[in-house]
Order: sequence, then structure tokens, then C-alpha cells
Amino acid sequence: MSTKKTEGLVDFAILSMKYKTKLTKKFENRVKYEDPNPNHIMSYIPGTICEVFVKEGQKVKEGESLLILEAMKMRNQITMPHTGKIKSIKVTTGDRIPKNHLMVVIE
Amino acid sequence: MSLKKHILDLRKRKEQVQKGGGDRAIEKQAAMGKMTARERILALVDKDSFTEYDLFVEHTARDFGMDKKQLHGDGVIIGTGTIYGAPICIFAQDFTVAGGSLGLMHARKITKIMDHALKMRVPLIGINDSGGARIQEGVNSLAGYGEIFYRNTLASGVIPQLSVILGPCAGGAVYSPALTDFVFVVENISKMFITGPGVIESVLGEKISMEDLGGARVHAETTGNAHFYAESESDCFEQIKKLITFIPWNNSKKAKAFPPKPPKFKGKIEDIIPSDPKMPYDVRDVIKAIVDDSDFLEIQELWAANIVIGFGRLNGETVGFVANQPMVLAGVLDCDSSDKAARFIRFCDAFNVPVITLEDMPGYLPGADQEHAGVIRHGAKVLYAYSEATVPKVTVILRKAYGGGYIAMNSRHLGADFMFAWPTAEIAVMGPEGAANIIFKKEIDEAEDKDAMRALKVEEYKEKFANPYVAAAKGYIDSVIEPNETRSLLLHAIEVSAGKDDHRPAKKHGIPPF
Repeated sequence: MSTKKTEGLVDFAILSMKYKTKLTKKFENRVKYEDPNPNHIMSYIPGTICEVFVKEGQKVKEGESLLILEAMKMRNQITMPHTGKIKSIKVTTGDRIPKNHLMVVIE
Repeated sequence: MSLKKHILDLRKRKEQVQKGGGDRAIEKQAAMGKMTARERILALVDKDSFTEYDLFVEHTARDFGMDKKQLHGDGVIIGTGTIYGAPICIFAQDFTVAGGSLGLMHARKITKIMDHALKMRVPLIGINDSGGARIQEGVNSLAGYGEIFYRNTLASGVIPQLSVILGPCAGGAVYSPALTDFVFVVENISKMFITGPGVIESVLGEKISMEDLGGARVHAETTGNAHFYAESESDCFEQIKKLITFIPWNNSKKAKAFPPKPPKFKGKIEDIIPSDPKMPYDVRDVIKAIVDDSDFLEIQELWAANIVIGFGRLNGETVGFVANQPMVLAGVLDCDSSDKAARFIRFCDAFNVPVITLEDMPGYLPGADQEHAGVIRHGAKVLYAYSEATVPKVTVILRKAYGGGYIAMNSRHLGADFMFAWPTAEIAVMGPEGAANIIFKKEIDEAEDKDAMRALKVEEYKEKFANPYVAAAKGYIDSVIEPNETRSLLLHAIEVSAGKDDHRPAKKHGIPPF
């Protein structure tokens, strides 16, 4: 990172003070926090969708299996967090998905 | 055979083995822009100082047709030498021999030189250039890695350990460098990762180049795994040699003293620093204005640049600097900068290098990402490292010392031996604006012109508290000094603390928050 004297200085607020300084790439690329949506079922590990057990519109009880996400040679059951209805399914069997990928929307 | 014939036979054998993987493999190595293992060692150590051991070691693998293969030196060169007269032990993996792959005897050669370095109490330099475990040797190669890690750990804090990544260093192999004190990388040549691009693509479907995943730049700038980044192998060797001059041979010695030299910097040190505390400057200019010959060896220059660490000399003696960098992220402490500073302080403490802290920081970096990344446990490392350190510890507060940052940056309360503050120092529980908003909330809320009242109260607070004198009145600061006295007072502090004898409660080891 270049630290040439004044080029690239920006305002940077810490508490109530604003400082002139440079930012790092890492700071600029940081992931901004978003409130998690309890109705979005996200992947907690990257992997492959092996099987999907439910259909859109289906009513599912808490704890029932929705799909299997295979990761690191382990078949992970993804279960319903609370009793509800499947609004939409965003993945199909065979999909390779990253971490924090939206798999199922429930209501 | 006559004696002469014996000698000629020895020479012939040596010559053959010293060719490593042979002419074609050497040509390939050159085509990749890389020196051979032997060239590297000879470029690094003093002329004619290298003595090789285990040249005639042969591998012991018998499966998969390995019994018919000869691997010269089993893919690694080990030996002893000197750098500017300082003794060192060194190993260099030879990529021209079976891709520098690590088998049983290869590992045994490395552990032999490690044991030697530890016994002789001299620095260890490891040059890594290897395709990884030798698959044909199975679990024997895993055993080899484990035995290397074990020795890295035993030697940690006893002898300085340097790792030089001059080729691939992947999978388990990366953990030996990670356990050592300083890691050197070279642009386009160094590659370090646990799982390579191929595995990542097959598991995740994510495409990433080797360079973007674990190239030199990535480790120097993003991961913090590397301490020194160079554009060529020869630059890298110069960095290693320079570092060796700054550090002692082992933990019972001090670094070699050099003839004292005044700084090259001419001018007034206070002119480096803007009068407005919100305006930045490069704290490295302050360090260069203080140290002998203005010669400062910065470590991890590209990573967590909001804190600056490195070695310089005062009156010829090595000292370590930890300095907030207002030029980057206003000099805040965050996860990475805490990690960087804490590890460096522990190195200095282990190897009898006094620590000088230059403080100008507004506090910790706010943000959900920081909190969730564990800024509490990372920040705690700084407190731990300073408190634990028994080497002479000197702090100079240049400007801001707010809140938790004041405590963390080697405050009196964590055991600083000398606390100096420039008259520009602002030592306060938080920045004046924030403090005034809380303390005078009622007055500000009730005022007709809230902004005018706030401004008035901020001024009032600044006048009363944003200075070094409140802390000096309590004895938390030993001396409020003129900036141009800084070097002479630091020289004095180091001089009078030469016999410092400070002890911690006896324990097996502490449990730092790592």
C-alpha cells in the first residue's frame, strides 16, 4: 500500500472525531453487516446439494429435513428451524454452492 | 587405491551429487526464474563459509519403484555458515530433485540441522521450495513434517528462525514457516496455501489463480503470513542479511552492537507532525529522525499498515519500534494491527531487544466486522505482550492517547519503564468531542444554540484534559519533553536500563489469547 504524503487522504470518523487518513484495501473490502433474515436458510459451509426433500408450498414441521448439503465428505442435514411453509427453493440437486448462499426461503 | 585416488574419488562423488537433479532439472528451475538451492545458500552466506552435511544421504523408499531411483541428497541441502560473521544453520530444499518433495531422509536432514542450530544456539534459516509430501513415502513424509513442526516449536524463543519461501510451499508444509519468527517471500516465486486452486475449484467451483490465492503479495499484504516482501531473490537475501545484523544469535545474548551514528535526518522533529491532531503524517519519518543513521528495518510493511513495527539502533544497540501510523486508518488498533504488534513485542522480549513505543492513536476501529472478527481477543494480545515483556519498555506519546488505546500502547499501568510525552500529547479517556458530548449533555441539550454550546464545552474539555499534564500530575507520565529531546532521552533510557532485572511469577507458561 502506498503511503505517499497526501495522496489518497479521506475523512475517517472514529467516535465523534474525523481524521484525515488513508484506507487499506482490506478495510475498503470489508463485509458490511446485514441483519440475518430468520426466513432465509443459508449454507453455513460451502458444498454440493445432494438431495432436496421438500417442494415449494409444502408445510414443514420444525426439525424436519429440507435437504442434504454435502461438504468435506460429510452429508449435512439441513433442517427446518421452525414450523412453517416453504416459499421458494433456490437450489437444485447437484448445485455447488458457496458459504452463505441462500438455499430456501420459508414463511 | 592410493590416497590420491581416494581423494579424486571423493571429489567425483561430490561433484555428481552436487548437481542435484541434473542439468535438465537445473535448466527448468532457471526457466522458472529461480536459483538452485545451492546457488541460494552460496548467495546468502559469507564467501567460503558454507559447510555442507549429509551430502551423501540417500532415500530409503522401496515401494512404487522408488528403490530404482537415486535422489541426490534426497532433495535438500543442509549445513552451517556465517552471515557477516554470525554463525547460522541453514537448509534449502532442492526443487530439481524430485520437486524438492519431502520424504523420510529429507525430513531427517532438516531435523538434524534444526537440532544442531538449537544445540549450538545459532539462528536457523530454512529455504522452502518443495512440491510437498513425497506421496510414495506415505505416512513417513507426514511424520517428517510433524518432527519439523515439533522442533520449530521447541526452538521458538530460543534461537531466531527465518523461513524463506522460494517456490511452492503447500499443504502441511506451510506450517513450518508459520511457526518461525520471520517469513520472506519473493514476487512471482513464492506460493503458500493449505489447499491449492485445484481443490478449491473442485470443491467449491471457485476459480482462483495460484498468485491470487497464495502469492507473495497476498501474504505480504492480506494474510500477514509474510514479514518481508522482495521483488527478486537477491533483494530477499539482502533483507535476510540485514535482519541478521539486527537480531542476537540466541535468547541469552544481545544483538551485536554497532558503532553509534547520529541520524541522517536534519531539521526539527516537531516539524514532521502537523499541529492539527486530525491531520496525518508518516510515523516512519519520526522513527528515522530518532534512530542511528536513520536506518530503520520495517517488518510487515504492507500488512496492517496502521501500525509500524521494526528494528533500528540507538547508540549502536538494537531496539524494536512499535508505532501507531496516523497515515493509515488514523492509526487505530484493530484485529490485524494488534496481532502484528503483539507478536513483534514477544519476539523482542524473547531476544532481549528493548521496545520503544511511539503513540498517536484515536482508539480501536469501530465496526460489526471488527467485533465479530474478535477484536476483543486480538486486542488482548497487545495488553498481554506488553505486560509480559521484561525487556526495557519506553513509551513516547506524540499526540493522541485516547481510551483503551492509551492503556494498550505500553502505558505505565502495563509496566512501562519510561513514559515520555510531548507537550502536544492528549491523554484522555476519549476524544474531546465525545467526552464533552457525554459530560455536558444536559448543558448542550438545554442550550438555545446547541452547536455553539457544544463547541464551547469541547474547547473547555480540551483546555482542561486534552493535554499531558493531568496524567503527569498523577505520575503516569514521567516527563513531558520537548520533541527535539526525544532521541537523547531514549538513548539515556536505554543506557540506564541496561541492567534491568524484572521477573514474572514462576510458571510453566502463560496462556496468551491466541
